[in-house]
Amino acid sequence: MTTDAVSRSSAANQNEETIVRYTFFERINHWLGAFSFIYLLITGLAFWSPYLYWLAAVVGGGPTARFWHPWFGLVFTVSLSVTFIQWRSDMRITEADRAWAKAIPDYIKNEDDKLPPVGRFNYGQKLFFWGIFYGLILLLLSGVVLWYTEALPWSLRFARYAAVLIHASVALITIGLFLIHVYMSAVLEEGSFGSMILGRVTRAWAWTFHRTWYYQVTGKSQPKQ
Amino acid sequence: MSQAATELIRISGHAGTVPGAGLNREFEVCKLVDTTTCIGCKACEVACLEWNGYAFTETTFDNTYQTMPETAWNYWNLIKFNEHERADGSMMLLMRKDQCMHCADPGCLAACPADAAIVQYANGIVDFQEANCIGCGYCITGCPFNIPKFNPPSRKVFKCTLCNDRVSVGLEPACIKACPTGCLHFGTKDDMKELAETRATQLREVSGFADAGVYDPSGVGGTHVIYVLHDAKNPELYGGLPKDPQIPLSVRLWKGPLKWIGNLAMVGGIVGMALHYMRFGPKKEEPIPPDDNNNDERRV
Repeated sequence: MTTDAVSRSSAANQNEETIVRYTFFERINHWLGAFSFIYLLITGLAFWSPYLYWLAAVVGGGPTARFWHPWFGLVFTVSLSVTFIQWRSDMRITEADRAWAKAIPDYIKNEDDKLPPVGRFNYGQKLFFWGIFYGLILLLLSGVVLWYTEALPWSLRFARYAAVLIHASVALITIGLFLIHVYMSAVLEEGSFGSMILGRVTRAWAWTFHRTWYYQVTGKSQPKQ
Repeated sequence: MSQAATELIRISGHAGTVPGAGLNREFEVCKLVDTTTCIGCKACEVACLEWNGYAFTETTFDNTYQTMPETAWNYWNLIKFNEHERADGSMMLLMRKDQCMHCADPGCLAACPADAAIVQYANGIVDFQEANCIGCGYCITGCPFNIPKFNPPSRKVFKCTLCNDRVSVGLEPACIKACPTGCLHFGTKDDMKELAETRATQLREVSGFADAGVYDPSGVGGTHVIYVLHDAKNPELYGGLPKDPQIPLSVRLWKGPLKWIGNLAMVGGIVGMALHYMRFGPKKEEPIPPDDNNNDERRV
């Protein structure tokens, strides 16, 4: 982060001052991933249950959904690969995360003042990221088998048997992660959703939720706990 | 409403009930293939193409009497051929007419996600409705007999219909009509089973085939195509006929327990998050304490 990240104004209203949390490119990439995931979710759920098959009609009908689902899978893969390059170092799980993990009950009860300070991403966000990352690897491998399922010879049919089960199971896990992610960032934690659109958060937000990162990015020295 | 609708007992990817469920107004039909009297003439293959309107196209020769290695999207009926050397050194030429088995418990239909792309009629015929097919290929995964075949240009899957169009107007399937040796029979399931057992008994008692028997696998609830085999203990000899065909375990897990666990987890998760919000409310930012201002503001 450069000094541009911190807008200069009087120290008196520092709570209102904003800090860049996500760059323009990070935000574009996030929404590319989000929209491709939502497309995959809609079409995937249509294939998952007869009671949700109508979802296919929403995006142009069953055959269209079947045709585009794998391609959107590739779009999501590109987006997540870029995310991996951008955030890999921020997502490394550290000793501080282990302390934070023990305080998850306080986090659930919104008693955030009891939590140890965290960097740019907290342990929950890291788990989300790695869950989606490893989930995607499995979805991609099983997805290729399902994409060209007819091309697989009869002697390799076990790969089809494995793929249908892996693809559905892992998709369910990523859907769970996705629901939690949407709830936390768009509903629960005020200021998060806007930060992924305009890229900025207030200093108070950063201080409250990502204190170590706040001190890093503002260049202030972090008081002893 | 057409009469045909009340004859549907299963519909793939279908939310809700099925019009013909519980009705028992039709005989179950059955094709009986007596492999012991098949001469491999392939008249049935030609009749199938003729009736269903497919041209004979170039094929793959694999050094046997077989027309091609396996059935194709536009070639639903194939005589599988095997040269089998018996324990006493004698040779047998095994011919088996391969086509859709029209399972009572069809794996293709269980796996299919598209509403009414696969239907099962009360007479036992399992039929693909290509207009509703989305081309996902799950039926290929669900079938234990390697029958559904994908046509890339149309992205639809095709297979033997048991001549549903002929049977529904009281005719026998085209293959049956063409068979010159009488090794193919068509009738009710009960009649065909009886005929098959009579022939198997004859083979065991008169013709010296001690292991002769009828192939009507119970793993898929029985089939509406049944075989008489000289050696019912080794059906694999007959062009890879599976000994105990089942809907694959992974397909059953996927369409059974996983579906309910997944649906409960998704609904439970959404309800849980709503309750969490109502109980604990939003996370709000807190003001930075004033003494924090005293920190040196080092520019990075």
